[in-house]
Amino acid sequence: MTATLEAATPTPAAGEIPSFTVTLRIRRFNPEVSEEATWEDFTVEAHGTDRILDALHKIKWDEDGSLTFRRSCAHGVCGSDAMRINGRNRLACKTLLKDVNPDKPITVEPIKGLPVVKDLVVDMEPFFASYREIMPFLITSGNEPSKERYQSPEDRAKFDDTTKCILCAACTSSCPVFWTDGQYFGPAAIVNAHRFIFDSRDEGGTQRLEILNDKEGVWRCRTTFNCTEACPRGIEVTKAIQEVKRAMITRAF
Amino acid sequence: MAHGTAAVAKIDSPRSPYARRKTTRGNYELYSWVFMRASGVVLIVLIFGHLFVNLMVGDGVHAIDFGFVAGKWASPLWQVWDLLMLWLAMIHGTNGVRTIINDYATRDLTRGILKGLLLLAFTVVVVLGTLVIFTFDPCPPDAPAELLASFCTA
Repeated sequence: MTATLEAATPTPAAGEIPSFTVTLRIRRFNPEVSEEATWEDFTVEAHGTDRILDALHKIKWDEDGSLTFRRSCAHGVCGSDAMRINGRNRLACKTLLKDVNPDKPITVEPIKGLPVVKDLVVDMEPFFASYREIMPFLITSGNEPSKERYQSPEDRAKFDDTTKCILCAACTSSCPVFWTDGQYFGPAAIVNAHRFIFDSRDEGGTQRLEILNDKEGVWRCRTTFNCTEACPRGIEVTKAIQEVKRAMITRAF
Repeated sequence: MAHGTAAVAKIDSPRSPYARRKTTRGNYELYSWVFMRASGVVLIVLIFGHLFVNLMVGDGVHAIDFGFVAGKWASPLWQVWDLLMLWLAMIHGTNGVRTIINDYATRDLTRGILKGLLLLAFTVVVVLGTLVIFTFDPCPPDAPAELLASFCTA
């Protein structure tokens, strides 16, 4: 119904934007067809301003409707479309084709370490289970204040970086320790714990440190910086993990 | 819930294998992390001190023979130095390998076997090394005199 206007308008010339063909080599997996995942190449026409997500849309809408991937907002805020593009975790909606060398086939895989449901869709449940375990909500005691809970700009700045997380799992699924058995809490859970541990209004810091002091907690971090490199929001993930470690050590000694 | 529960109940929950197996709260990993840093710093001093004394001081590397080692282990300073070096290096190294096993072994059985072998190797080396340092006789009775430390002839 709403498409009438678009259909009536003749396709405008792309103007100065160059267009080119690009090959996407996509890791396909459909448990109803085969237990094995396979690579499949798709060649599409793309503009210089197109992102990986636009190319995926073109494939899904015009070539193969069975291609499965997640995306919601398509503008780098919802964190649905994290995938492994040319071997690095990125958001498909924030990665321009021209930035990942469209001359060669661009590989697109589901993020590693989480069970694949179909094609590029993974089961995020283990990831969210870790997130829930660190209690990502404000914990206070006593009566609720009649005004807002005051916080100075300096106190707010302490955890500003970690408030930016969109839970896309790019960091956790880029971590080699997480790939082994998926028992490690993962960078995302630690980042979100950091957001509350260093919040001056929150009183659950000790509990959260206690949770992350687990065998599978912050001490499994090997500071490989994969998470910091993968984060589409530019959060200094490894630094946040180190700050949580430091808080634990100062508490213990 | 009433419809079709019998058929649904047979299927395993696809999420069951991904639950955290057990929570292990305790300061063990914290202390082991701190120990790695602290022992690393101490080991730098101990090892480079050891290398300097053995290879650089006096005649340097040419001075090393049975008598040289026997002479060093006759002194309590070097006994303590070497004992500390042995223990710290062995715990530091074993803990490091334990971490690597934890990171790379995917199955619990493999992990268990590798850690068992590691613990065995650790015990053998530490016990043997400690015994040698403490029961070492610098002047064995029937050895030729020119091989022994100078204080043996006295």
